[in-house]
Amino acid sequence: MRTLGKTHFMKVKPSFISLIGRLLFDSQTLRLLVIAVVLFVAFSVLLRDQFFSIRNLQSMAVQLPEFGILAFGIMLTMLTGGIDLSIVGAANLSAIAAALVLTRLAPAEGSGMPLTVVIPLAMLAALAVGSLCGLFNGFLVARIGITPILATLGTGSLYTGLSFVITGGPAMGTTQLAFIGNGTILGLPIPMIVLLAMIVVGSIMLNRTSFGFNVYMLGTNPKAAFYSGINATQVLLRTYWLAGVAAGIAGIIFLARTNSAKPDYGQSFILLSVLIAILGGVSASGGFGTISGMVLAILSIQFLSTGLNMLMLDWFPSSAAIFFRQFAWGGLLLLVMVLNYYVEQRRNRRVGGSE
Amino acid sequence: MNRIFGRNETLVAVVIVLLSLVIGLLNPTFFTVGYAFDLLRSCIVMGIFAMGVLIVLVSGGIDVSFTAVGVFALYSTVKLMKVYAPDAPIWVAFISAGIIGLGLGLINGFLIAHFKLPTLIVTLGTLSMFHGFLLFAIGNRIIRDVPPAFTEFARSALVQIPLARGTANLHPAILITFGVAVVVHLLLNYTMLGRGIYAVGGAREAAERAGFNVTRIQYFIYGFVGLLSGIAGITFGALARQANPQDIVNDNLSVIAAVVLGGAQLTGGRGTVLGTILGVILVVIANSSLILIGVPPVWQRVVIGLIILVGTGLPAVQTRRARKRLASVSGS
Repeated sequence: MRTLGKTHFMKVKPSFISLIGRLLFDSQTLRLLVIAVVLFVAFSVLLRDQFFSIRNLQSMAVQLPEFGILAFGIMLTMLTGGIDLSIVGAANLSAIAAALVLTRLAPAEGSGMPLTVVIPLAMLAALAVGSLCGLFNGFLVARIGITPILATLGTGSLYTGLSFVITGGPAMGTTQLAFIGNGTILGLPIPMIVLLAMIVVGSIMLNRTSFGFNVYMLGTNPKAAFYSGINATQVLLRTYWLAGVAAGIAGIIFLARTNSAKPDYGQSFILLSVLIAILGGVSASGGFGTISGMVLAILSIQFLSTGLNMLMLDWFPSSAAIFFRQFAWGGLLLLVMVLNYYVEQRRNRRVGGSE
Repeated sequence: MNRIFGRNETLVAVVIVLLSLVIGLLNPTFFTVGYAFDLLRSCIVMGIFAMGVLIVLVSGGIDVSFTAVGVFALYSTVKLMKVYAPDAPIWVAFISAGIIGLGLGLINGFLIAHFKLPTLIVTLGTLSMFHGFLLFAIGNRIIRDVPPAFTEFARSALVQIPLARGTANLHPAILITFGVAVVVHLLLNYTMLGRGIYAVGGAREAAERAGFNVTRIQYFIYGFVGLLSGIAGITFGALARQANPQDIVNDNLSVIAAVVLGGAQLTGGRGTVLGTILGVILVVIANSSLILIGVPPVWQRVVIGLIILVGTGLPAVQTRRARKRLASVSGS
């Protein structure tokens, strides 16, 4: 559908305004770029130095990788027409695994094994747990054939539950990863570098490998994918595994940023990740969606989050600001989907009219 | 096909009996009248919610916002009553909560039916919206001094059995759950609308071609779920004698687990009231009685997760086997 829409540029009347209008309607990425820039400029003007300052830019760069990484995981599963609702649960379980390794093997400064061994071990533990969670999801969806929504709703409860069982409820504290959470390389916060690396790897994987092609194919037209000999089981298994790996990475970042692993951290991240994916152009029924769209969506959401927060603090008491944000994210998700519906309809009408 | 449904329900029933025997043998408290009444009381609210979720799953959709609708209806009703009708009888509260729930449900219905949006993502959005709106615009403090009608309602009893210490009360609200179950059963099995709901869940396009007005059916489904959720919410608050805006919101997974266990699948077209009731009983026993045999409450989420996976996994394996058998039959 989307490529079909582009052929209509040939028929565009040479009016500048209508050209801009069409560009905005046709190109998801351009539209998102405009949204991100407008948000950034608007908040910079409205809030002045509070928003447009090195300090705020840096703090945004530290906050955004947490849900950005999860959003990529969810995006991948949504591209195949599924979803991973367990991703936050898996991330927390991974964080707890890492925290367990850190607190058991190096309980305090100078005791236990050297940190140069324990820290890589802890990260490995987090990645392993994330992978296992992802593989289990993949097994349930691809092999057993459970609907992704219910399978990951179930495993989400399972992973969160296991986290509660391991910790007994309270958070597990450890400051040994703080150097990742607070550290910078060349002025860039380390979590941001991790996210950038994921963006690069992700775009290569989706655009340049047969796996990426298969993922899109499976999401756009599962029947065609089946008849063209794509091994759906294999592709799905790998998709959910990769989402699990993303959860493991996010878990490490959670632990590094908050210095603690909590069974129920980041409750709002599922909604936020789905919102980013939908805003980034991922179709809820699978298939469409690009990495560049995702990056712009992540930026827009971060600008909006920080900007609204700063505005809210002037208007409401701080507790109500959190609740307002909860309301706003839900509303925004619905708004974006309704707008997408109209864009899609307009495009269909034009494509239909030309035939 | 009907045999498979039957087997699914008998399986759940057998598990309930076995689990009860194990718990009862390890801890005789389980088999007392008082405890049985407590269990039934726990089934009341989950049962009403479950009937709504059953209809949604049968239609091939999912609703995760219903608990938010329930607590929204409860809290705003209590707040309204305290201001405008502090001495009104309890049925006023039920009507008010039902109307509020219906309104919120119709918002879901509008987004799903009119824009043809995916049900999970819509209700994920409205879950956050409804609850966020409740907390920042209506109130975020627990209301403990509820209208007197609530206190009176909470104390009433349908059956009273004197025990060595005090009495065991069976609350009349169980009749609400029973009534809702009967209505949903009749609706699903003996009305054109009910057949339409199954048809939409089985194959949307086929239902449309067969002449069902899918849009109208979807409006009905989500509106009805909203109505039931409002009633379930106010029942919860009336039994608890308080309105806590953070209550029940996170119980949606348990309810979905119960309905799934009862045989309803997201792929739509299946699920019965009887199976759902059995599912609710099993989840309630698992939620409140595992502690009797020494399983600490932190395991609750694990158990709910496993119930969802087993409830969805077994039928999925069955369908897979059936398909294979069919393929081998037609191949030979």
